[in-house]
Amino acid sequence: MTSVLKHLGGHVGRVVLALVFALPLVFMLVSSFKPDDQIFGDLGSLRAFLPVGALSLDNYTAVFERVPAAQFLLNSVLISSITVVLGIIVNSMAAFALSRMRWPGRKLVLTGIIATLIVPFETFALPLVWWVNQLPLLRVNGFHLEWTTGWMDTYQVQIVPFIANAFSIFFFHQYFQSIPKEIDEAAIVDGAGWFTIYRRIVMPLSGPAVATVAILTFLPAWNSYLWPLMVVQSENLRPVMVGISYFFQLNVGWGQIMAYSSMITVPILALFVAFQRSFVNSIASTGVKG
Amino acid sequence: MIAALERLRPVRRTRTTNARRRESLTAVGMATPAVVLLIVFLVVPVALAFALAFTDARLISPTPARFVGLRNFTQLFEDPVFYKSLRNTAYFAAVVVPLQAGLALVLALLVNARVRGVNFFRTVYFLPVVTSMVVVSLLWTFLYRQDGLVNHVISALTLGHVDGPDWLGNPDTAMPAIILMSVWQGVGFHMIIWLAGLQTIPAELYEAADLDGATRWHRFRHVTWPGLRATRTFVLVTITIAAFSLFTQIRVMTQGGPLDSTTTVVYQAVRTGYDQQQTAYAAAISLIFFVLVLTVSLVQRFLTREKD
Repeated sequence: MTSVLKHLGGHVGRVVLALVFALPLVFMLVSSFKPDDQIFGDLGSLRAFLPVGALSLDNYTAVFERVPAAQFLLNSVLISSITVVLGIIVNSMAAFALSRMRWPGRKLVLTGIIATLIVPFETFALPLVWWVNQLPLLRVNGFHLEWTTGWMDTYQVQIVPFIANAFSIFFFHQYFQSIPKEIDEAAIVDGAGWFTIYRRIVMPLSGPAVATVAILTFLPAWNSYLWPLMVVQSENLRPVMVGISYFFQLNVGWGQIMAYSSMITVPILALFVAFQRSFVNSIASTGVKG
Repeated sequence: MIAALERLRPVRRTRTTNARRRESLTAVGMATPAVVLLIVFLVVPVALAFALAFTDARLISPTPARFVGLRNFTQLFEDPVFYKSLRNTAYFAAVVVPLQAGLALVLALLVNARVRGVNFFRTVYFLPVVTSMVVVSLLWTFLYRQDGLVNHVISALTLGHVDGPDWLGNPDTAMPAIILMSVWQGVGFHMIIWLAGLQTIPAELYEAADLDGATRWHRFRHVTWPGLRATRTFVLVTITIAAFSLFTQIRVMTQGGPLDSTTTVVYQAVRTGYDQQQTAYAAAISLIFFVLVLTVSLVQRFLTREKD
């Protein structure tokens, strides 16, 4: 009897907490279909969380009229996906060399990479702005190429600094170590080179790790705000999160804000829900054990 | 040293010195892109944070940066807003670290049970983590209004006896409101980390505890808690670093106000470094921030070190 009660207690706790975590997001999505006066009118009752009343897509059409939302979305998709793909290649290669191959200086490099994990991006974001502004840049000018200085206001400044990632390397490293090393020796006896072992054997065996690193790279790239705020001025290069600042100004309807927010959030949430099982399991099994 | 010792190990018969050399070359080639990128976009900027702090560099300036000694630091230590930023950052971290770590552990224990639908709950608790902090901040700015959803809920739960404050407009409630929202957003991530730790604890230990007739509390105290030692360090260090980096919420929700009650170290660094283009001054703030983060994580690592 008591165990049934305890079981029930745990379940009530889980449900109440689920409401606490889900309802603000449900409110955001539901409100995006309501006119402003109804959003305020519904606040006092459960209607705030229900798709009832005068629902329409007006807020969404208004958003597209107000800001170049399609351009922002395209920029973010481009920036995030290139960062993810290049990140997976570069970081997994480094992790492979560090975890499965023998070479002088390997331990030192690994220690150095793990040490950088402790440095938050915020501590060097501003010097980094100054620094990328000094880097050389090859630009297309009319029909010829020319060297200029300063990466400000480009796509690459939103991608290149975030390709190499110490956490991704560490994560791949842990995962690769769980794959038996005898495979390598067998492949070498068969005449395979190291790069072939990486590309044909180890990477195909690392699906869950690749998925996890992909999600963990994609999320910050898609959600990034501080960095593009500082390095991108041109409207046609801006990502979605910076686009939100168009709605900070006065006289913007909350319905429009909710519509824009839903538009840049819900697809990501849906993607996450689709992949979450392998994601959660791979973090749990690879073990971020400090 | 270690590498040198490794080279002294007897070479296996199948591997010639030539193969060894090829292995090293390939390995260095494969590690190079990541290492170079990390040096250019992490190590150099960190070093620059140190160097620029002692100059008068500006983001866009016709004259090259000059060495000015400790001027940025003396200016900083005379700035009352800087002390407020330090205090607010410490306040935020002091509340968020135990609150978020504790709540995340409770969530992890709740979803570690073998019951139907547990995957659903894991997913739901994780949804705010996936949601961008900018969106979350904007959404909660609306929820926190005097006539907003939070106050309507408070009023409904107390049957109309309590009228909530204008959360973000009041210096006393602005920071607690931001703390609550930040925990709501971030707790799911640390739930997963705790969960990973919980799943490494061998089931036999629990079975043994049950045979000894241990109560729930005893099971937690003597099996679960010691089993989470390594996870604990990781959770504490990551939450602390994230808490010190508090910026987006402030930028979107309060801009440091009201009356500087929510300004933070990173917010101040961005405001001076980017909005006012004073790169060197911001580098000085960043440097102090870096030292702060490093000190706290080292102290934490020391306090939670393996004691065996």
